Amino acid sequence: MSADVSLAEWLVSAVIVLGGGFALVGSWGLVRLPSLMERLHGPTKASTLGLGAMLVGSFLWFQLVEGVWTTHELLISVFLFVTAPISANMIAKVHLHRLRHGEASESGSSAGRVPSLPGGNDWATHQAPHEGTPGDFAGD
Amino acid sequence: MIAYALTFGFAALGFGLAMNLWRLFKGPGVADRILALDTMVINVIGIIVLAGIATGSGTAFEAALLLAMVGFVGTVAYAKFLLRGDIIE
Repeated sequence: MSADVSLAEWLVSAVIVLGGGFALVGSWGLVRLPSLMERLHGPTKASTLGLGAMLVGSFLWFQLVEGVWTTHELLISVFLFVTAPISANMIAKVHLHRLRHGEASESGSSAGRVPSLPGGNDWATHQAPHEGTPGDFAGD
Repeated sequence: MIAYALTFGFAALGFGLAMNLWRLFKGPGVADRILALDTMVINVIGIIVLAGIATGSGTAFEAALLLAMVGFVGTVAYAKFLLRGDIIE
C-alpha cells in the first residue's frame, strides 16, 4: 500500500514539475520574444499546456491519494483549451487592427512582420456596418 | 516528495506572474497588456489548483473555474472594446 501511494506521489510530483516548467517557459516567452505575434505563442501554447499538466496532476492526486473522484479539473481544462485560441485570436485581431491605424508599431524581426495577403486583400478585423448588413443602423 | 514539487510549482508560477507584470507595465501596445493580463489569469488559476492540492480541499476548484470564465470574458471584452468601440452591440 505504501509503495502504491509512493508511486502515485512520484507521478503527481513529476506532472506538477512538468506543468510548472511549461508555465515558466510560457511567461518567459512573453518577456523574451520581440514582437506581439511571437509573444502570443508563449502564453497560448506553453502556459495552457503547463496548466493542463497541473490539472492532470491534481486529478491524479485526488483520485489516487485522497481517493476522491473529481471532475472539476476536466471541466477547467476543457474550458481553458477551448477558450485559449479564441482569446489569442481576439488579441491578434486587436494587434492587426491597431497596426492598420498606425496605433501600434511592429518590431523589425523577420518573424514579427504580418504577411500581406494575395489580391490586395487585408486581414479581417473590423468592418463598420454598412448598407445591407444586419448592423446597419444608418437607415434608422 | 509532493511538498517539493508543490514548492517548485508555486515558485515557477510566482516568477511567471512577476514576468507577466513586467510585460504589463512595459508592453509597447495595448494588445501586449491584454495578453499579459490573460497570462496572469492563467498563472493564478495554476496557483489555485496547486493550493487545492496542498490543502486537500476540493472547494478551490470552483474558484479556479470561475476565474477561468471571468478571465476569458474579460479578455474578450477588452479586445471587443478595442475592435468595435463597444462591448455589447
